[in-house]
Amino acid sequence: MRRAAALLFLGALVGCAAGERPVAAPSAPAPLRAGLDASPDPYPSTYRPGPSQRLAIVGATVLTGTGAEIANGTVLLADGRIEAVGAGLPVPDGYQRIDGAGRWVTPGVIDAHSHVGIWSQPDSVEAHNDVNELTEPNTAEVWAEHSVWPQDPGFDTAREAGITTLQILPGSGNLFGGRTVTLRNVPAMSVQEMKFPGAPYGLKVACGENPKRVYGGRGRSPASGMGNVAGYRRAWIDAADYRRRWDSWRASGTGDPPRRDLELETLAGVLGGEILVQNHCYRADEMAIMIDVAREFGFRIRTFHHANEAYKIAPLLAREDICVATWTNWWGYKMEVFDAIEENAALVHEAGGCAIIHSDDPTVIQHLNQEAAAALSAGRRAGLDIDEAEAIRWITANPARALGISETTGTLEPGKRADVVLWSANPFSIYARAERVWIDGASVFDRRDPGYRRHSDFLVGQPGQELRP
Amino acid sequence: MIARLLALLALAAAPAAAETVAVTNARLVTMGPDGTIERGTIVLRDGRIAAVGANVAAPADARVIDAGGRIVTPGLIAANTGLGLIAVRSVEAANDRAADMTGISAAFDAGDGLNPDSLLIPVARLGGITRAITTPAYDDSPGREMLFAGQAAAVALGGPMLVRRGVAMVLEMGDAGAERAGGARAAELVALRANLAEVRDYARRRAAYDRGETRDYSLSRADLEALVPVVEGRMPLLVSASRASDIRAILTLAREERLRIVLEGAAEGWRVADELVRANVPVLLTPVDNIPISFETLGATLDNARRLQAAGVLVAFQGNGNHRERELRYNAGNAVAVGLPWEQGLAAITINPARIFGLADRVGSLETGKDADLVIWDGDPLDTLGRPTAIFIRGEPQPMTSRQTLLRDRYMPSGGNQP
Repeated sequence: MRRAAALLFLGALVGCAAGERPVAAPSAPAPLRAGLDASPDPYPSTYRPGPSQRLAIVGATVLTGTGAEIANGTVLLADGRIEAVGAGLPVPDGYQRIDGAGRWVTPGVIDAHSHVGIWSQPDSVEAHNDVNELTEPNTAEVWAEHSVWPQDPGFDTAREAGITTLQILPGSGNLFGGRTVTLRNVPAMSVQEMKFPGAPYGLKVACGENPKRVYGGRGRSPASGMGNVAGYRRAWIDAADYRRRWDSWRASGTGDPPRRDLELETLAGVLGGEILVQNHCYRADEMAIMIDVAREFGFRIRTFHHANEAYKIAPLLAREDICVATWTNWWGYKMEVFDAIEENAALVHEAGGCAIIHSDDPTVIQHLNQEAAAALSAGRRAGLDIDEAEAIRWITANPARALGISETTGTLEPGKRADVVLWSANPFSIYARAERVWIDGASVFDRRDPGYRRHSDFLVGQPGQELRP
Repeated sequence: MIARLLALLALAAAPAAAETVAVTNARLVTMGPDGTIERGTIVLRDGRIAAVGANVAAPADARVIDAGGRIVTPGLIAANTGLGLIAVRSVEAANDRAADMTGISAAFDAGDGLNPDSLLIPVARLGGITRAITTPAYDDSPGREMLFAGQAAAVALGGPMLVRRGVAMVLEMGDAGAERAGGARAAELVALRANLAEVRDYARRRAAYDRGETRDYSLSRADLEALVPVVEGRMPLLVSASRASDIRAILTLAREERLRIVLEGAAEGWRVADELVRANVPVLLTPVDNIPISFETLGATLDNARRLQAAGVLVAFQGNGNHRERELRYNAGNAVAVGLPWEQGLAAITINPARIFGLADRVGSLETGKDADLVIWDGDPLDTLGRPTAIFIRGEPQPMTSRQTLLRDRYMPSGGNQP
């Protein structure tokens, strides 16, 4: 009996996987025992939206994330979804009214680049540094979610600043850092309860100084930029071969299956288009090389992260449809960020590209709206005429696109997840604060309500907590 | 030869022969006794503020800048920064903020090795910063676990850079200080008291020291000499500490050793605000630091600055470090966002750091006779959407460019160098 159930379970998993692979021949091999074939989703999301009620936010200025600014707007939330957005919409019966007069509404803020949970607070404690598996230059086999500590107080401070979704990436010490994971920023006991349902995995790839410093410092490859690129190419050759072996075994339906390899499984997932490349890369010339590496092996790069020299090749990045996730104010801490400028995002935007303001930092993640405002301000100083309705995309719709979740979040469009922030003022003002935050229509933060105590167990009973949240 | 040298020195010391400038039609946020003058004029002559007020006329020989009702503030002061000592943080040759030579601790003087051509300076300046307190940092190479980082210098971000040496002695306590003293806070306090006793002994017996008739001191002569003004209460100790109990320990030490203290960091300062007020100890903090990055900052909160100020502590803000110093004013804006009065937010980056580091006779407010450091803003100086439109240091207009704006211009869609 138990055996039958297990077989059924296994069959269901393989069935899922088949849909993403070349159509199986009639002679397709029988399903393999657990562990011998890749499960498409071995650590499935158990995220469930919190309880929600029908809400009408009335009278606010609404930045929809689609490029529109609606004065005196009404936003209707029902069943965890955006129901309607417009100027002066009537409020149907049975909706709780929330006064938005003088306030602003935006989609929930999305951070495309965070290490919250895998480099947890207190982050000066060595035991909390789970961000880099610095044992081999290629650790494509590790998954960031297996480092995530849901009790990191950094999730709470980010939520209080309007962050509803965030991508957690392994660090940049390796050429291939491992799989990223996209999380809903909800209080949880396990990472599975936070995993964004259906969000694709990412693969963290790192260019430049970090990998060559880490491994060159140990007298091994990569010790140079050319060593970095040789490392990528060797890995992609292996991945292409691994993919061929599996495809050919599935097509033939006979013989022993290839032996699974966690590292190559992730790389093959990129070649198959299921896993998105999230590429830490600062310099323009290195980004151009990475575009060619991707072309050589037949995959696409979804996002260049940090990318402080994107402004030098903005038209190329727009043509290639590669997003640019960057900061506004960071520069100069090493040579590859020496040419960083405040106008980077604005210039990428102006070229028709997908500009994103990201954090990479547990403090900056609480100020993404301010970073976007500084980027906007710099662009305007340079004469670029960008309005706030457009610039809000840099922290909402565009990161959703970079993470492959724009079908369901990132804008205030009917049918999308009700991920919403109510701001005390224009979010491009330094004085604006997130007053209310909803994730899938469920209230996850209310600044006036002491009931929204911080979630993290770590701070319970610790000194100096009486001021929180 | 000597006469020529003296003449050269005199020339260097003379105030810059700046043109006379009158900024009219300005909202003058003076941070001085005049408060905010809604419509006024400020006159800059010979590098100084010659007049400021609502009924001041522009002199006939002045170049007149009509501010069009815009805000004019004193130049901002970035306290506790590596400006002038750092080019690229990760490049050793481009980082002069710390040395790994044993035997130089308190004697390290940030006023030496300043590079006025540092590319960080125009970037910070475009954030409205005209002055800085440049501080040394620690190099924790093995064998170099020194208690003191060295002496801070007051600098200007335009014209002659070094303004005043020895405005503070930098000392990290808490976790980092304990680590350098062998791993325990108590050990650092013992070492510190022993050092101070040596300095007092040395100061009384310099001649005997020169004759070799004193006991052996653990500090070098240069370090002993550098610490004399500290034990005499003439130079403040800029002490980094975060935990409430560490702050209390420092207040006790200061009382017993008769030291002047400026507290830096102070994540849990709000928990001991009344004690800081009683001890008359000012605080230099980063208002956006609200996460428990270590066991000594568990009580970190965005509300720290507001609470300290409300209790009566003299509070100044720091930026986000070196390359990110231009975010200083955003840090002040963030403190205002959680309830600090706007004028206090601006005070924390102008007059308050000037007072804390003994520079208020020259800078920090728009008052007649002070150095003519001012910024004209096209919006709110504490907000990201506001930016400087003109910056003066000692009456000299500063370039509104940096290497970054020059790079930007090469790659503007309308620019001439589009690849």
